[in-house]
Amino acid sequence: MSLAHESHLNVWAEPFPGANYLRQTMAVAEADIRKLIHDPVELFTRMVQPVLWLLIFGQVFNRARAIPTGGISYLDFMAPGILAQSVLFGAIFYGISLIWERDLGIVQKYLVSPAPRSTLVLGRAISSTVRSLCQMVFVYLLSYILHIQLRFGIFALAGVVLSVMLGSAIFSTFSLIIACLVKSRERFMGIGQVLTMPLFFASNAIYPLSLMPAWLRVVSKVNPLSYQVDALRTLMIVGSTTSFGLGKDFLMQFVAFAVVVVVATKLYPTIVI
Amino acid sequence: MENTAPSTNVIEVLSLTRRYGALIAVDHLNFSVASGTTFGLLGPNGAGKSTLIKMLTTLLPPSEGTAKISGFDLVQHPELVRKKIGYVSQMLSADGDLTGYENLLISAKLYGMPRSERSTRIAQALEFMDLAHVSGKLVGQYSGGMIRRLEIAQSMLHRPSVLFMDEPSVGLDPSAKRSVWERIGELRREFGTTILMTTHDMEEADHLCDMVAVMHRGVLAAMDTPAALKAQVGAEASLDDVFIHFTGAAISEGGELKDVARTRITSQRLG
Ligand SMILES: Nc1ncnc2c1ncn2[C@@H]1O[C@H](COP(=O)(O)OP(=O)(O)OP(=O)(O)O)[C@@H](O)[C@H]1O
Ligand SMILES: [Mg+2]
Repeated sequence: MSLAHESHLNVWAEPFPGANYLRQTMAVAEADIRKLIHDPVELFTRMVQPVLWLLIFGQVFNRARAIPTGGISYLDFMAPGILAQSVLFGAIFYGISLIWERDLGIVQKYLVSPAPRSTLVLGRAISSTVRSLCQMVFVYLLSYILHIQLRFGIFALAGVVLSVMLGSAIFSTFSLIIACLVKSRERFMGIGQVLTMPLFFASNAIYPLSLMPAWLRVVSKVNPLSYQVDALRTLMIVGSTTSFGLGKDFLMQFVAFAVVVVVATKLYPTIVI
Repeated sequence: MENTAPSTNVIEVLSLTRRYGALIAVDHLNFSVASGTTFGLLGPNGAGKSTLIKMLTTLLPPSEGTAKISGFDLVQHPELVRKKIGYVSQMLSADGDLTGYENLLISAKLYGMPRSERSTRIAQALEFMDLAHVSGKLVGQYSGGMIRRLEIAQSMLHRPSVLFMDEPSVGLDPSAKRSVWERIGELRREFGTTILMTTHDMEEADHLCDMVAVMHRGVLAAMDTPAALKAQVGAEASLDDVFIHFTGAAISEGGELKDVARTRITSQRLG
């Protein structure tokens, strides 16, 4: 059996500049997506929460009419918030897989490879967006069944897709940062629990900013989730109005993503130390 | 910057040091490994072998000192070093939630291998490691020996100049061990890969290594060819005797507890 006579140099021409970077990023995402295909159970368990919120909480408050929603029904108002919430809850525990894979020695294999550290972070962000898009399809189905006034224009849908992906990328990368800081599964679970609820309640997901006390409104305005919800609400629901403007919504989401990627890239190699 | 002369040292360790708090796990080490040779690191549990390998593979930043791998400085150019090395870690760590083929595929892509190159190399590697028939199975269902062979294939896919192996045959039965040894020997002959490996298995060191160093408490207590080391200790000495001579009774004392823990981790991965 002969394996010899190939080049030992490993210098392959790139078809275009950045091709390698892209290939490495997608390889990281692909590993995770292939795992999801081998075992998709997680996708189904993620569907439970939005059903409960929309069916129980949503139905009750829809009748109560206690919350000013600017001309649309409360169910219409909250559906985009619940989509954002299910994306957030799915993404915020994503970092635990990094700790888990570190304990198994898998992360070390990625780190000894020449792939730039940022591809390791971006690849994981991309794989988390795939999960979130599955959630989006499900929340749309559910909303349709509940007669929520959905917009189906092509640009509106494209905007929702983009915002869902950004939200998932932001919070899953934020979760990587936490994993790199706390390093152990137990501490991570603790912190994850502590973070999700404040992120959710200090946002406009299930009530408008106008109902909040001043201090909470300030917190909400630095919470990326608020901008995601605002974009989703504007693009998803017929007759809703934007609080910040779509331009600012997307700008803030991109800025938040850039910040977490830079920090996560810096911290990622420390997970194995 | 690149090392041009092929027959020189591919690994040069220069006063390399790692501290954990007050503990000095690796203590100002200096040694080198000649191109194409296999270098074995022996030493009791906690001697600092894995810590040394983690630094040489850029996973762990040194507290002091550096090393040159294929002429590239570890501290200044880790990204260049990574292109030159392969790593088989002490843990069985192929991804159990992916198939054998997928493990190799992802690796190939991380190393920037184009599609045409990938498929031939992966097919060859699976064939060579005798894993072709299980390549579509999840690695979680592999035996320890199969995982190890897969990991060695994975670490060699990009044809590294230097391969680091941390206890490559730990937890394997005698026949699985033999088959891993054969593969290692063959890879070395085919590609002239320089290998730095650690082991607790004296037979393995005798079988595979051109040079052996005995590490103890972060320093090298001895370093020579296996034959010369044995001669140094006594006429009828084995490498076991060499080990005991240079490290005291450490293997039976400090050893036990961590050994048990490691076997448990291994069996967890296998079970
Ligand atoms: N992350 C860490 N934090 C603190 N101390 C550590 C850490 N990793 C290793 N050590 C200590 O450094 C010393 C060297 O450990 P190392 O794992 O390098 O030994 P080893 O020679 O590989 O042992 P073994 O044969 O058991 O694998 C040990 O005393 C160990 O307890
Ligand atoms: Mg070790």
